[in-house]
Amino acid sequence: MAAHVDALYIFLLIVTGMMTLLIFICLVYFAARFRSRPGVRAEQIEGSTPLEVTWSTIPFLVFMVIFAWGAVVYFKERTPPDDSTEVYVVAKQWMWKLEHAEGQREINELHVPVGRDVKLIMTSQDVIHSFFIPAFRIKQDVLPGRYTVEWFRATKPGTYHLFCAEYCGTQHSGMVGDIVVMEPAQYEAWMNGGSTGPLSATGEKVFAELGCVTCHRTDTQGRGPNLQGVFGKPVQLEDGRTVTADENYVRECILDPGAKRVKGFQPIMPTFQGLVSEEQVNALIAYIKSIAAAKPGEGAKTSASVVAPAQSNGSQVQ
Amino acid sequence: MPQPERENYLNKHYGVWSWLLTTDHKRIALLYLISITFFFFIGGFFALLIRLELLTPAGDLVQADTYNKLFTMHGMVMVFFFLIPSIPAVLGNFLVPMMIGAKDLAFPRINLLSWYLYIIGGVMMLHCMLTGGVDTGWTFYAPFATNFTNTKIVEAALAIFVAGFSSILTGLNFVVTIHRMRAPGMTWSRLPLFIWAHYATSIIQLLGTPVIAVTIVLVACERALHLGIFDPKLGGDPLLFQHLFWFYSHPAVYIMILPAMGVVTEIIACFSRKRIFGYSFVAFSSIAIAVFGFLVWAHHMFVAGMSVYAALVFSLLSYAVAVPSAIKVFNWTATLYKGSIHYDAPMLYAFGFLGLFTIGGLTGLFLAALGINVHVTDTYFVVAHFHYIMVGGAVMGYLGGMHFWWPKISGKLYPEGWARLAALIVFIGFNLTFFPQFLLGYMGMPRRYYDYSHMPEFQILNVLSTAGATVLGVGYLLPMIYFLWSMRYGKPAPDNPWNAAGLEWKTPSPPPTFNFDEEPVVTWEAYNYEQLDAPSKEEVPVAR
Repeated sequence: MAAHVDALYIFLLIVTGMMTLLIFICLVYFAARFRSRPGVRAEQIEGSTPLEVTWSTIPFLVFMVIFAWGAVVYFKERTPPDDSTEVYVVAKQWMWKLEHAEGQREINELHVPVGRDVKLIMTSQDVIHSFFIPAFRIKQDVLPGRYTVEWFRATKPGTYHLFCAEYCGTQHSGMVGDIVVMEPAQYEAWMNGGSTGPLSATGEKVFAELGCVTCHRTDTQGRGPNLQGVFGKPVQLEDGRTVTADENYVRECILDPGAKRVKGFQPIMPTFQGLVSEEQVNALIAYIKSIAAAKPGEGAKTSASVVAPAQSNGSQVQ
Repeated sequence: MPQPERENYLNKHYGVWSWLLTTDHKRIALLYLISITFFFFIGGFFALLIRLELLTPAGDLVQADTYNKLFTMHGMVMVFFFLIPSIPAVLGNFLVPMMIGAKDLAFPRINLLSWYLYIIGGVMMLHCMLTGGVDTGWTFYAPFATNFTNTKIVEAALAIFVAGFSSILTGLNFVVTIHRMRAPGMTWSRLPLFIWAHYATSIIQLLGTPVIAVTIVLVACERALHLGIFDPKLGGDPLLFQHLFWFYSHPAVYIMILPAMGVVTEIIACFSRKRIFGYSFVAFSSIAIAVFGFLVWAHHMFVAGMSVYAALVFSLLSYAVAVPSAIKVFNWTATLYKGSIHYDAPMLYAFGFLGLFTIGGLTGLFLAALGINVHVTDTYFVVAHFHYIMVGGAVMGYLGGMHFWWPKISGKLYPEGWARLAALIVFIGFNLTFFPQFLLGYMGMPRRYYDYSHMPEFQILNVLSTAGATVLGVGYLLPMIYFLWSMRYGKPAPDNPWNAAGLEWKTPSPPPTFNFDEEPVVTWEAYNYEQLDAPSKEEVPVAR
């Protein structure tokens, strides 16, 4: 990504450099050539419509090239590849909490392997933050109450700065960290130490502890919709709309179940606002993703280890 | 040359009340001049402390909270209490009636009211600063400002709310004055471009400022009553705040820069002794900026979590607003062609404006490019960019205008040598301060960082920037000193020291209370330098 941004940046430097040079040369030349001299009067010129049209059209066309190029780069920056490794990010005043899909947790440090696409699914516990890695030329605000995503692919091992770029209070400038990019072998070694098991397994536990299983059963008899095979698919709502079951939708269903109720179900689910932490919501989402490949009504007992290879979006990295 | 005893707006009445209860637009302009200068130096003092703190990577001069308050108060004071009123309320107030041949603004009492509102807002702001201040950044983003910080948000918000009405009333007054009070013969196409710029500015003030007022009230309500407008925990949307905030605060940039463009247009015409190249294009580009300026606000939010398609539209529109600005720069440059250029201090400021505004404008192209914006937004690149526009552009224009019209305002000449020196110092100091910040920004230094000990590689450029800031500070102090000096010791100014076109030069310096002894009748086009410089003096049109 850095290479795409830098290429456009260099193009812009050249274009604006030429424009600046043109204007400055004209300014300096006119200022010197037409400085006041005794006996020489200024020559009055009304203006010139052809000239006005020329110097409106040419910059406009150049601007459109910059716009289009900028938009192309932006869409690349904003569209994570489907098979990215997923990392959940929870921001709070004033630290970054990161959790790998495999269960490793980190604070203010993110270890990633070189050459793999990494997708960050981010939310904030309090105010707006912004996840900024200057070396990768990416930045995305992290908001409370919803998920935003950004992605990158590191191409060189090393340690890179991570900054919070949206002012967030007293220790805003202390909300910094490191992105540690490792060779795949080293990364494997790092991964194998200190994991508490996959995030989806944690999610399955939370799913049971909170009693979700009593309604969201894996057969058709539940009072709530069966959640197998739901993630990433369109969902028919009671009010006639259709939404895609993405991270933001699942999150909203947990925290504000009445907002987008699934067609054919009663509004009986209580809100879990205040009862679950951001990390637990992330784990639940990871779990619901992990059962996305299962067919509804199959009734098969799913466990993370079984499901992992079958995930539709390939969030598992092994 | 005016007789020292001649009655004018300055010596007609004496005493504090003759000033505090005046309805004379020229005296109100001076009241504004004193008040905004006061706030300028307060804001400047904060800036100096910020720069000193950033001299070293560690946070060692002030506490983190103090630093956060410093940049917040710097922004709020400079934006709402200096830049927005600067040119319109001082030079505009003084010159708009005179340039169109009117005795005063349409609503002299409302004009005085607007100054009082400004002062009430200003006192509230000072009180807020002295009792603890605010630490949210001048943008007070929700939910930090509405639900998290413990500082004096409501007080600062109300101060800005009150000052906002001062701005609305000034805009209203200008619009009505320009429509209704032009002298006979002063048609729209004969208006000085300074007036066109102020007309466009006034429209933004009238239509935009109420939106920030509403936003501020919502922030206050959210804080006091927890309504859940912006707080996601209560079903609110923090992005809504950003949309509302920038809907005003982006056009507000044009409130600052359009009047400066008007000033520079007058100066360039006068000191190259020429009609402005492409008068109607320059006039209508001001209106185009005012209109398009309202449609680009979300380019401050490309990484805020907005839809990519919305970002696309706002990026496109941002390039559209760049075109009229480019047209202006080309026309100013073309005006110099075949002119007879004089290098008096106002012209040096105008040259400075052209250079800095060009750089500021062109770096705007980087920020409007979506792919690059993601990297440089919220870094020092943005800080450098908007200072090039708002300080390099607007303040250079303001200082140029102050020098150009000072003989008219005060009736005295300032020392030309010192003025040229100050212009040079400001230009050098400005570039030394802010150019390194472009580099810092692309290297990735985020703005509003109190402590950068995690990335000490940024120190060299920060040291340069701080060094530049001290030079810039000297450059800003000098004009204040010699303007004050000239009021007592300066040579009396002739009525038209620059032999400039424009009705304001056809009345004595300083002007009488009602500006003109007889209502002028205009029979010539704006910028009639051909006639002014004609060998035979009989051809010069006279108003009296």
